[in-house]
Amino acid sequence: MGMTLAEAILAAHVGAPVHPGQLIDVPVDLVLANDITAPIAIREFEKIGVGKVFDRDKVVLVPDHFTPNKDIPSAEQCQQVRLFARRQELTHYFEVGRLGIEHVLLPEQGLVVPGDVVVGADSHTCTYGALGAFATGMGSTDIAVAMATGRIWMKVPPTFRFIYRGERRPWVGGKDLILYTIGKIGVDGARYMAMEFTGPAIESLPMDDRFTMSNMAIEAGGKAGLIAVDDVTRAYLAEHARRPYREFRSDPDAVFAETLEIDVSEIEPQVAFPHLPSNTRPISQVGNIPIDQVVIGSCTNGRIGDMRLAAEILRGRSVHPNVRCIVIPGSQEVMRQMIREGLAEVFLDAGAAISTPTCGPCLGGHMGILAAGERCVSTTNRNFIGRMGHRTSEVYLAGPAVAAASAVLGRIAGPDELPAPWA
Amino acid sequence: MKLTGKAWVFGDNIDTDVIIPARRLNMSTAEELAKYVMEDLDPSLAGKIEPGDIFVAGKNFGCGSSREHAPLALKGAGVACVIAESFARIFYRNAINIGLPILESPEAARRIRQGDRVTVDLSTGIITDETTGEQFQSEPYPEFILQIIRAGGLIAKTRQDLLGGAA
Ligand code: SF4
Repeated sequence: MGMTLAEAILAAHVGAPVHPGQLIDVPVDLVLANDITAPIAIREFEKIGVGKVFDRDKVVLVPDHFTPNKDIPSAEQCQQVRLFARRQELTHYFEVGRLGIEHVLLPEQGLVVPGDVVVGADSHTCTYGALGAFATGMGSTDIAVAMATGRIWMKVPPTFRFIYRGERRPWVGGKDLILYTIGKIGVDGARYMAMEFTGPAIESLPMDDRFTMSNMAIEAGGKAGLIAVDDVTRAYLAEHARRPYREFRSDPDAVFAETLEIDVSEIEPQVAFPHLPSNTRPISQVGNIPIDQVVIGSCTNGRIGDMRLAAEILRGRSVHPNVRCIVIPGSQEVMRQMIREGLAEVFLDAGAAISTPTCGPCLGGHMGILAAGERCVSTTNRNFIGRMGHRTSEVYLAGPAVAAASAVLGRIAGPDELPAPWA
Repeated sequence: MKLTGKAWVFGDNIDTDVIIPARRLNMSTAEELAKYVMEDLDPSLAGKIEPGDIFVAGKNFGCGSSREHAPLALKGAGVACVIAESFARIFYRNAINIGLPILESPEAARRIRQGDRVTVDLSTGIITDETTGEQFQSEPYPEFILQIIRAGGLIAKTRQDLLGGAA
């Protein structure tokens, strides 16, 4: 019987065919933790008593959430992570100044390649599925064990296949496709499953948009969100990959637990209303909702493609006087590119603030916390109660095009509502 | 082993940001986190939970982030067990790994009411609502999960595996 992409990668790692539901002990290619999850992982790692991590090249620590340190407790957590990285002589520890949001940084630095199995103490580790890797998030204790042994137990997930056909409308990107999908299947629609995104509309999707889609697999409860390698992936890897890789794909006779076909030509730019990512509406059905803040960034939409799109809309325009627009490049490299291409100037001219790379407001950490009752349009991935600040504040999730247009108009709006012509 | 406590009932999709908001994640011990458990749903809840109380929730409990702080905060607050219609994947692993008992029972999740006295028999998986007299059988744990529970959590099990039972 054939295997799906997810099954094929896992089978190659355990050296035997696998089937959904099977419990396996898998060797991992990369283990990841951040400034919030690493302190607990380190504490649990020390209890195991092995002394050294299994491979100093394969344990990656990225203090990205509350950095540059927002307060003393955060500084102390980062210090623990930094000292551990030094003690263990880790090859890949990223300090402020060379930093990025982990899921933007790792692919960009070529640390993840197709066919890898990656586990991270961060739920959005599933982002790397866009490269044809099996990547999944876990908690700190699981990651402690992976750091010590280089292995992890998991259940082989069944695969939910999504087939996207048709042509995307103007301003519709990966964020809109994934929000629409989650709106269809719900926040537990792919619980415990590997999602595989396929079809002609995926083949024509740029790499940055693919990362956005895989990133939000967890928002449907998915264990992973995979896309098979094609020419778009190969072109990206030619620039970034640091090691040889293996391409896998679903066999023609692979068995999928579920399949959903989506005609993307019907999809408008999407907005997820509070307080669930599945609470989606097409932009034409949003109505008049005034806003106080716009955030453009995060591991979902903090890549150069996102910055270019936002800048295209903000070029020659001004952020609405009632709105704070905060632009957060996902990594130093994205920021450098932003400056090189003149995008930074576009944002500054429009009256937007530019931050150093950080998770910041995405999880209500710092750099743009909302007061009671305030509303934000954000390119991030979660709009749970209190996610970006006060428990009565509201987060509306959207792609960079809608976020930028909303910043200009002071209410949730699509780019088509802006006065023509385009600059 | 049996646990008895008062039930706190919640709805579907209780996410990890609700269980413990990210702004509290600049600390990491169960004792510190316990003070803020469920604060964005009800800021006064943490103070009202008594040791041994039992959480009962709908589907997809613990969805969202991978933060182990969520089950730690519940444990620290004195929550003895979580019964839900279903659990999000990462939360399920985390709870088992740190030794917070969790049981899946759609029936119990739907029938138990706020404030009922509930007894959970962890060895048989039988849940009894003492207030109404109703009994429910929860989903049995797979054998591998039982091994983690018996060892006293994943770290203890890993030590045993690595050191050949000398831990
Ligand atoms: S940007 Fe947001 S979702 Fe992504 S890793 Fe950071 S906190 Fe998590």
